[in-house]
Amino acid sequence: MTATIALAGNPNAGKTSLFNVLTGARQHVGNYPGVTVEKKEGIYIDQERKFRIVDLPGTYSLTAYSMEEVVARDYLVNEEPAVVIDILDASNLERNLYLTVQLLELGVRVCVALNMMDVAKNRGISINVDKLSMLLGAPVIPMVARSGIGKKEVMVASGEVADLSAVRPKLEITYGEDIDQALAELTDLIKEHRFLTDTYPALWIALKYIEEDKQIKDLGKGADPEVSARLEKIVDRLSRHLQKTLNTYPEALIADHRYGYIKSIIRQGVVTYHHKQDRLYISDKIDKVVTNRFAGPMIAAATIFGLYQFVFVYSEVPVGWFEGFFGWIGGFAETHLPEGLLKSLIISGIIDGVGGVLGFVPLLMFMFFGISLLEDSGYLARVAFMLDRVFRIFGLHGSSVMAFIVSGGIAGGCAVPGVMATRTLKSKRERLATLLTVPFMNCGAKLPVFALLVAAFFSENQAVFMFFITLAAWVGALLVAKLFRSTIIRGASAPFVMELPPYRVPTFRGLVIHTWERTWQYIRKAGTVVLSISILLWAMMTFPGLPKSEEHGFDNARKKILAATPLNTASGLDSQKMGDDLSPQAESVRKALLRVDAQEAEAALKHSVAGRMGIALEKVSHWAGFDWRTNIALVGGFAAKEIVVATMGTAYSLGEVDPEETMGLSKKLANSPNWRPLVALSLIFFVMFYTPCFVAVVCISREAGSWKWGAFSMIFNTLLAFMLAVLIFQIGSALGF
Amino acid sequence: MNVRKMRQMLKNQSGTISAIRANGELGRRIRDMGLVPGASITIRGHAPLKDPVALRVMGFTLTLRNSEADLIDVEVK
Repeated sequence: MTATIALAGNPNAGKTSLFNVLTGARQHVGNYPGVTVEKKEGIYIDQERKFRIVDLPGTYSLTAYSMEEVVARDYLVNEEPAVVIDILDASNLERNLYLTVQLLELGVRVCVALNMMDVAKNRGISINVDKLSMLLGAPVIPMVARSGIGKKEVMVASGEVADLSAVRPKLEITYGEDIDQALAELTDLIKEHRFLTDTYPALWIALKYIEEDKQIKDLGKGADPEVSARLEKIVDRLSRHLQKTLNTYPEALIADHRYGYIKSIIRQGVVTYHHKQDRLYISDKIDKVVTNRFAGPMIAAATIFGLYQFVFVYSEVPVGWFEGFFGWIGGFAETHLPEGLLKSLIISGIIDGVGGVLGFVPLLMFMFFGISLLEDSGYLARVAFMLDRVFRIFGLHGSSVMAFIVSGGIAGGCAVPGVMATRTLKSKRERLATLLTVPFMNCGAKLPVFALLVAAFFSENQAVFMFFITLAAWVGALLVAKLFRSTIIRGASAPFVMELPPYRVPTFRGLVIHTWERTWQYIRKAGTVVLSISILLWAMMTFPGLPKSEEHGFDNARKKILAATPLNTASGLDSQKMGDDLSPQAESVRKALLRVDAQEAEAALKHSVAGRMGIALEKVSHWAGFDWRTNIALVGGFAAKEIVVATMGTAYSLGEVDPEETMGLSKKLANSPNWRPLVALSLIFFVMFYTPCFVAVVCISREAGSWKWGAFSMIFNTLLAFMLAVLIFQIGSALGF
Repeated sequence: MNVRKMRQMLKNQSGTISAIRANGELGRRIRDMGLVPGASITIRGHAPLKDPVALRVMGFTLTLRNSEADLIDVEVK
């Protein structure tokens, strides 16, 4: 069996760089079971050995507060990797060692990779590597991970650690007299009852009890409630004593002593500073401009706008290729498959479904690339820093802004990459609230619907209206976020304790790997589900077909038209080729035939499951002013919002309407007795807020870690949208509009 | 002795943390990032809306909301 090496380290310490350098392309991304934390695995091979490398989530500590920490800790304890490579940022040694100390307390075999030696050198920091290694009792290898310097040495040293037969003695720090005494008492009790000692070292369990670690205490209660209670009693006594004498908490005291231990290491000549420590580095100089009160927000706005342009404008070309490709396949199927249900299934169900999934791929790749660039360079943290004050009002986080923008905060985005962009948010509640509200933004697929309605009913003030629509989406999304954060996702906001990492030029290789792995995950995970739902929706809009009698009626109508046509005109129709001009008579016959086709399509749609739903829903939807045609279109819009326009075309017997060419439909609506500006306004709000398309729903479920949230967003959003639409329609009607 | 809450410190002011009155998750997050009694810090600046605050500790930059900075007492140099 291949031995496993786990990579641990602080965020921004270069863990991902090391992982990429070690594994190259031999890596894959998954999730840890039951949580949405990414799990990256890869294989390292050199002439002598082969290792499985697991990249643990970046953490500052091994407490149990964040999902990342629990995952990292459980992995270390349950999977028992042969070696843990702990990556330290050499330019920031003191804080980085805090995790190292905790790894040593846990008693795992550690090999320290002292990364960013180049940065440390530039900052005038020199580190006595041998001395550090001696004091920690673990090998310490200097390296520069992003350029691969020291990679070989780290792996040799790790191999040696893995081969050691003797288990390293656990690090025992003194935490002060009071705590040490309690620790001894706890450890004795733990050893005596072999309390959880199959999994954890006794001293470590004792430490976690003192630190009030919820996960370990729950485990303990489950294993042996009596011993657990006795342990807690000792901790209580200690806690009260420390409160009284030192006015502090045990866990704070433990942290103090860990830092004290680190200080004592560093002061023994491990680190020498050649410059004054608080001098300004390039990073700080950049920050002086970039987070300046006036320049900062302007630069942020420009960057966000740039990202938006990059994602949605430059991806147009590859998106066009994808569309062209699927159009071509569809066309191929159209000409080469025999008429019938199978053809319809393949074209409308499968090709459109797969095309729908893959159509997002270029968009996602551009978005992931752009966001990775901002994230890896360190700029994203600055944006979060500057905007946090605004987003906090609504219970969100400064980092939420990217997700909102990408989803359509500047009209024309897309909720799918927007939902994926919430990955940059580290705090659970804020992330969930962002995840659930980004679909309210006006994505590119809602725009044709708005454009259609605005052109039909509010053509005088188009620009103002579109601006108003964008504003409404923002206000709605932020208010709903606030609502969620004070009801279903209630709870104090996560601490904003965040590192502003030094600016770094990201490596192209790192960006490409990052972009590709996230995109691939989307394809793999969303793909299968999306395809099956796409087929389901196709079936709903197809079955049951028209009854034979009605079909005959349409056939007869066609026959009648043809019968009334002179023979030479009809043969002209048959032999018509692309680009040939038809005689005026033939042209009018062709139009008549198309009209019959369109009427048949309308009848078939009305007869289908979706159509019946639309008609049944009229009982409710008339409160908002929607007739059955609108209802079917909205049902279809669940597949993709573009379909709203196309389906409305079918429902109004216009045949399929190209969302880009809606003049005919727009006129038809403007003249229809069922429509007036108020209905259009009500529908605009409904489309803005109702259920996300199912690709987005699938992504929400995946990202939130449960189908419950996907279902919630469908139901809640639709109810909210309906309430708004009814409100607008009823109040408007009462006022006489 | 000139002890004040971190929120009241001005840009570029330095000092030594004298006490942290945060418990639970916040307390732990703060300590994990190296903010412990005895650590010396320098205020780097504030966000455009005056909140959060950015500070330098142990050679790196950290941000805190003002409400969190309120729980940290600093002996100003």
